[in-house]
Amino acid sequence: MTSPIISFDKVNKWYGNNFHVLRDIDLNVAKGERIVICGPSGSGKSTLIRCINRLEEHQQGRLTVDGVELSDDVKAIDAIRQQVGMVFQQFNLFPHLTVLENLTLSPMWVGKLPKKEAEEKAMHQLQRVRIAEQAQKYPLQLSGGQQQRVAIARALCLTPKIMLFDEPTSALDPEMIKEVLDVMVEMAEQGITMLCVTHEMGFAKAVADRVIFMDQGQIVEQNTPHEFFKNPRTDRAQDFLSKILGH
Amino acid sequence: MATQIFQSIPSRPAPVQTGGLLGWLQANLFADFRTTLSTLLVGGVLLWYLPQFLNWALVSAYWQPNAEACRADGVGACWGVVAEKYRLIIFGRYPFEEQWRPLVATGALLALLVASCTRAFWRPWLALLWAAVLALFFWLMLGGGGLTPVETDRWGGLPLTLLLSTLSIAMAFPLALLVALGRRSNLPAIRTICTLYVELIRGVPLISVLFMASFMFPLFMPQGVKIDVLLRVLVGITLFAAAYMAEVIRGGLQAIPKGQVEAAASLGLSYWQTQRKIVLPQALAMVVPGIMNNFIAIFKDTSLVTIVSLYELTGSLGLALNSDADWRPYKIEGYLFIALIYFAFCFAMSRYSLWVERQVNQSKQR
Repeated sequence: MTSPIISFDKVNKWYGNNFHVLRDIDLNVAKGERIVICGPSGSGKSTLIRCINRLEEHQQGRLTVDGVELSDDVKAIDAIRQQVGMVFQQFNLFPHLTVLENLTLSPMWVGKLPKKEAEEKAMHQLQRVRIAEQAQKYPLQLSGGQQQRVAIARALCLTPKIMLFDEPTSALDPEMIKEVLDVMVEMAEQGITMLCVTHEMGFAKAVADRVIFMDQGQIVEQNTPHEFFKNPRTDRAQDFLSKILGH
Repeated sequence: MATQIFQSIPSRPAPVQTGGLLGWLQANLFADFRTTLSTLLVGGVLLWYLPQFLNWALVSAYWQPNAEACRADGVGACWGVVAEKYRLIIFGRYPFEEQWRPLVATGALLALLVASCTRAFWRPWLALLWAAVLALFFWLMLGGGGLTPVETDRWGGLPLTLLLSTLSIAMAFPLALLVALGRRSNLPAIRTICTLYVELIRGVPLISVLFMASFMFPLFMPQGVKIDVLLRVLVGITLFAAAYMAEVIRGGLQAIPKGQVEAAASLGLSYWQTQRKIVLPQALAMVVPGIMNNFIAIFKDTSLVTIVSLYELTGSLGLALNSDADWRPYKIEGYLFIALIYFAFCFAMSRYSLWVERQVNQSKQR
C-alpha cells in the first residue's frame, strides 16, 4: 500500500484547559479517498479537518499531510495550505471583491501567476461549477447556493490535492442544497482526496469510500457507507442514525 | 384528486406617493400635535433672531475699510476689517513683500490635495507628485536657492494650517493602521507597546503634548542639537491624532468576521497579504465616517499650535487685530471670516467622505 496522504497519529487537542476536543485520533487517508465525517454537534468533526490545514493547532501527537509534518514551521504550513482547499459552512467569500477577484486572489498573490493566466484558470473553474456568467458580480448579489459554488471554485483554483468541506450545505436553503451537492459529486468522480463533514447521508452513500462517525472527540466507528448505514456496530451510532434518519 | 395549476398574480404598480410641497410640510413639519408645536417653537425663535442677525450682518453693515465710520451709531458689522487685514490674517507674520510665495505654495498644496482625492490620480506616481509638491512648498516657504530665507517661526496663517493638517493626517493615518493592527497582534510585546501608546496619548490633552514638544523636548536634547519647532509640533500632532485614529480603525477590524481571516489563511495568504487584501479594505470601508471625523478634528486642532507661538489661521487673526487699537473691536467679524474658511474646508471634507462611502460600499448593493 502506498503511504497515506494524511495521517493522524495519536492526535490530541484541548480548547482552554478543560475541553478535550480531540482524543487519541488515529486516522490514515489514502490518496484519492473520499471520506464523510458525521456525528453530533460538538463531537470534534470540524476541529479534526481544520487541523489538517492548521486553522487549528493540535497539541499532542503527529499529523502529517502530503509528507510534511505539521508543526510551528510557518513555511511548512504555507506549503500545505497550497495543497489543501477548504470550503466553509458560511462560504466565507470576500464580499468586497468580485467573484472573479475572489478566485484570482490566491493564484496571483500566493502562486505568483500573471493576472491573465489567473483569470483564465478562474473562468475555467467557474465553468466547472456552472456559474461563469456571474464572474463580475459581488458575492452578496448571489444566492446561497451560488455563493457556495463560487467558494468551491475558489478552493479549486489552487489545484489542491486535498479538499476539505466543513458542513458545506448546512447554511443553505433546502432548494439550493442539490446544486452544491451535484458539484461535489462531480469533483468526487475526478479522483481528488476529499474529507467532508456533512449530514447529507445521500451524498455519503453516493460518493464516500468510508464514513467516520465521531462522538466526544473520538472516532467511534468507521466503515463503508453501505455497512455503516445498514449495520452500525455501536449503540452510539445506532442512536445517532435513528435520530437523523428517523423522520 | 387532480393536480391544480399554480397561477401567479402579475405585478402591479405600488400606490402613488402623495408629493408636492404641501405633502412634504404635512409629513415633516405638521404631522401631529407634538411636531406642530416644535415647528412653531423653532420657527418662532428663528423669526425673532434671524432678522436681528441679518440686520447686523448685512443691512446696517459697513463694508469699507474705514474704522472711523464703523464707530458711528447704528452701524452693524464692520466688514472693512477683512479688507484691511486679510493679508495678515491669511499669511500671518510672513514678510509682506514675499507673500506671493506662501500664496503659490498654498495653491500647489491645495491642487495636490484635490488631485489626491480624484480617482484618475490613484496611481503609483502619486507618491512622486506628493514628494515634488512638498519639496516645492518647503522651497518657496523657506527660501534659499535665489529666494530670501524665511525662518519657520515667521510662517503663519492658512499655509501653516494646511501644512500642519496635511502632513499630520498623511503621517498619522499609516501610523494608526500599524497601531490598530499591533493592538490585535498575537505577540504580547507588540500588543503591550501599542496599548500603552494609545492609553498614554489619550490620557493627556493635545495642549500638553504641544507644550512638551515645544518646550520640554529641547531640554533633553544634547547641547547644540536643535530640531525645528515646526517639526516638533508636527510630530506631536501626528502622535496625538494617530492614537485616536487607531482606535477608530480597531473598531472596524473587530467587525470583520473570523471566517474572513480563516478563508484567507486556507488560501495560503500570509499575515500581511491577509491584512492588506482582505481585512483592511473591509475594516476601513466600515469606519470611513469615523476616520473623516478624525481628519476634520485634526484640521481644527491645528489651531492650538498658537500657544507655542506658531501663528496659524486662528493665531494670525489675533496677531492681526490685537496689535491695532483701531480694529481691535471688530474681532467678531474677523472670527466669522476665518470661521467661513474653516467651514469651507470641513464641509468639503465631509462631502468627500460621503462620496468615498458610496464608492467603498458598492459591493454591498444588491
